[in-house]
Amino acid sequence: MLNLGTDEIVKYPFLAEAGKYLSDKGFSLEQFGTDPDLKKIVNMAFERIKIASEGKIYSSDVSQNDSSLPMEVFSFLIAVILLKLTGMHTLIRRFSLAEARRSERFLEKDLSNYKDKTKEQLALKIMDDLFSIKIQKQEDDFIISISNYLKHSINFHEREWKLINRKIGNGSVFLTSHETVRLVRKEIDLYISSKINSANTPEMIQGFQEYVNRLKTLAKKFEVKIIESTEYPPCIKRAIEVLEKGENLPHSGRFMLATFLLAKGQMVEQIAPLFKNAPDYNEKVTLYQLNHLSGKSSTTQYACPSCEKLKSQDLCFAIPECDNIINPIQFGRKRV
Amino acid sequence: MNNKDIELLEESFKKFYFDHFNLIHVPQNPNQREFGFQKFNSGMSRHISLKTDKELHLLLMQKIPSDVYCSNACYSFPNLPMNEKDWKNAELIFDIDAKDLDVKNRNKHSCIKCAECNEVTSLQQSCPKCNSNKISKITLTCKDCITAAKDQVKRLNQILIDDFAVDPNSIQVFFSGNEGFHIYVNNSDYQEVGAKERAEIVDYVMFRGIIPETFGFKKFNSGKTELPKFDESGWRGRLAKTLYGSKSKRPEISKKIISSGHTAFQKKLETLKDQIGIRVDPNVTVDIHRIFRLPGSLNSKSGLTKILVNDIDKFDPYVDACFIDSENIEVIANCPIQFSLKNKTFGPYKQAKISIPKYAAVYMICKGVANCT
Repeated sequence: MLNLGTDEIVKYPFLAEAGKYLSDKGFSLEQFGTDPDLKKIVNMAFERIKIASEGKIYSSDVSQNDSSLPMEVFSFLIAVILLKLTGMHTLIRRFSLAEARRSERFLEKDLSNYKDKTKEQLALKIMDDLFSIKIQKQEDDFIISISNYLKHSINFHEREWKLINRKIGNGSVFLTSHETVRLVRKEIDLYISSKINSANTPEMIQGFQEYVNRLKTLAKKFEVKIIESTEYPPCIKRAIEVLEKGENLPHSGRFMLATFLLAKGQMVEQIAPLFKNAPDYNEKVTLYQLNHLSGKSSTTQYACPSCEKLKSQDLCFAIPECDNIINPIQFGRKRV
Repeated sequence: MNNKDIELLEESFKKFYFDHFNLIHVPQNPNQREFGFQKFNSGMSRHISLKTDKELHLLLMQKIPSDVYCSNACYSFPNLPMNEKDWKNAELIFDIDAKDLDVKNRNKHSCIKCAECNEVTSLQQSCPKCNSNKISKITLTCKDCITAAKDQVKRLNQILIDDFAVDPNSIQVFFSGNEGFHIYVNNSDYQEVGAKERAEIVDYVMFRGIIPETFGFKKFNSGKTELPKFDESGWRGRLAKTLYGSKSKRPEISKKIISSGHTAFQKKLETLKDQIGIRVDPNVTVDIHRIFRLPGSLNSKSGLTKILVNDIDKFDPYVDACFIDSENIEVIANCPIQFSLKNKTFGPYKQAKISIPKYAAVYMICKGVANCT
């Protein structure tokens, strides 16, 4: 495991063993609820969550004097306790993403720290130990094997992360320090959220109730209602048109159409007639396949392929109304 | 296909397998592979486990399949249903088929067959006899198509070696048994990557999803654009060679491209996709649970063998992959196009009763342009 100094724990507080850290420093959770001197930390923790919930990043001055250092770690740990007591997933999600982005800044700085090689080494080690990314540094470039890059980059939907849009040579992808760290944002986010989710929820601590109530009110702001139009996305419309004309729709297109309509709640019997005009139509086979996809005659209910996959199958005919959705079933869905 | 046709094909296929056990083997880690097969005019049987060449040869003799398949994936339990198999890894595979290459004159060696009345006739939109539009396209042997497919294979291999650092000895090229090639990348870093990652690899080799910024094009500050140089690695270098033709032309052409703007360059990249991207079948590479035609087996679309290609330039599929014997047999042929096998030319035939070598008869029956008498 990583051996962290105090300033590293400030930058990456999620690496600290919460309970152990507090007791090592001679504190118990209860003290934070009752000790007026420690209230400042609970306030900081609350602010840390509030800022995260607004999509901003809590800023820390890690160069402050030593006495401020534990405050940074404590406020993170207490924030986790408050989140557990509040139990609102929307806040946990926002908090872990904001904390991931916060630590990204430090990782990026450490990765390109030319003066202090130990900082660079620790950043490289965090990337390897926690996120299994082996990075080699070559002058200003950070080099990652293509297979390793792909495992992380497939989480992104922006085109610049596609392998085709990367500088590549001899089995490696060349990245800047910023890109290297950005590559693991989702993993840091997941690491933090899973640590929070798996932590024990303590009994309500005296003095915390007020904060918890305020956080619950805060979380309500993020409740969303979704309205959905009944119009089909262009890929589905096109597939239906092809079939209506009696032209051949490739297997991948049929799979898309069937899984889309099943996801929209249509029954196998409603969907089957759509394929009647296909040049190779066979009622028995069609029903068998639809039942299979629906999970009726198999153990898996197949999901509609992502827009990315449909693009690679030449089945995507995106229009502005698609509005960067990542799966056709999201078409026409609006958050209110 | 009628019963007599099936009888002839099964007899010919069985003889081929019996005489050529040396060509057909289980792959590496056979006990982790899923096998499957089809019989003529029948559905697919899959989720089969075979551990040795002997078990495979026994299956060939007992079932006389029209097509035999094997997973490129390895599983802990290959004969269980798909979601219980426990996927471990899969060789990276690519399929290049002449039908996807828009080869000039391809229509000259294509015809149609009506699914309703079985009429075989020259290429057209619907059946001239019954007007049905349920027609299938049939394509017969063509050297130009094979040359075009070979060119794609060679360019793909170069990308795999240069960009993906694949060891050339790990790449195996097989003739598909019809009109394309199957490329396997063995023992590589990419065996363990999943379907989504493979989709990215496919887009890379196909030159899909490219943005002008990748080549240094600045959308809002085109004055600072610096297009790639001739000697750069990856697509940057390949694109530079395509765009400029020669090093000396770079300044002039680069200036022209920059002054035409971002949108024009994006369009240019789109049009270049078909010219410089490798036209593989994306579905094959992305499907990590596929059962893929087994090397050494016959392809029922042609009666030719899926065979390892050692020297792609010299390889002639219509000679080197044609293993059915030459004994003459009688068939009724309705084949409007001429074709060549084993350096002999056949056809065209119009409802003609002819006596031809079995390999040509099998080829035509598989293609649906002949029947047994």
